[in-house]
Amino acid sequence: MYAVNFLILAALLFAIGVFGVIARRNAVMVLMSIELILNSVNLNLIAFAMMNNSPEGHVFALYVIAVAAAEVGVGLAMVLMIYRNRRSIALDELSVMKG
Amino acid sequence: MSSLFAADVNIAQNVGFYIIAAIMLFGALRVVTGRNVVHAALWLVVVLGGVASQYLLAAAEFVAISQVMVYIGAVMVLFLFGIMLTRATIGEESDLNNKNWSIGIPVALLLAGTLVWVIVDQYGGEVLTSPEEPMSTTAISDVFLREGLVPFLALSFVLLAAAIGAIVLARKD
Repeated sequence: MYAVNFLILAALLFAIGVFGVIARRNAVMVLMSIELILNSVNLNLIAFAMMNNSPEGHVFALYVIAVAAAEVGVGLAMVLMIYRNRRSIALDELSVMKG
Repeated sequence: MSSLFAADVNIAQNVGFYIIAAIMLFGALRVVTGRNVVHAALWLVVVLGGVASQYLLAAAEFVAISQVMVYIGAVMVLFLFGIMLTRATIGEESDLNNKNWSIGIPVALLLAGTLVWVIVDQYGGEVLTSPEEPMSTTAISDVFLREGLVPFLALSFVLLAAAIGAIVLARKD
């Protein structure tokens, strides 16, 4: 298998995730797109670990998985709190901090 | 482009890779373009499962199992609970996208084009030799518990802080 297979798949997933972050209005959907981005990074890390035949890439991927789990927990708690205060999770209506 | 169709290496691995990759890309597009939030979450399960299968193809079995347990098991349940708790109606809705969402298309195309060009330029003909056997959990744990011990402990505290923070943020006063 050529190295570009994994890397190009990861690049396309990354681009799709970036599109989701830009295009989506619903905060939960934006968090899902961020998960796509994190998974593409993990695919890259595993591909590089396979390229070098070393376990370090796997360790980094596991770190990323753990941090992503923490991020989703805190992110969804914040979304829940915003929904409770404002009855909406549309991101373009959250302009309280606009100067 | 001939480098995209590797014929001189493991055929079954390549065929499996392309089938899973096609399913993953289709699922990812449905995640970012679908009009139903719950369906988008379920398509995300397809993408995450595809990533786990790609890990298995890349001989990373421990990471694959972690992916299934953490992402499909825990994170997706969190997402479905988040959708349930923040939405009154479950079904199609038309205002899921921003007003100027179409800006995302050229940005994504430009990003994908640049990344693919750079990757093909750098790794064009490089062949990944499939390892004889999967990366053993022993080797991974050796890294975790020797040079990676301090980040590992720090990560434990990050997870603890995130759990406490999520509870504090989400509870009703």
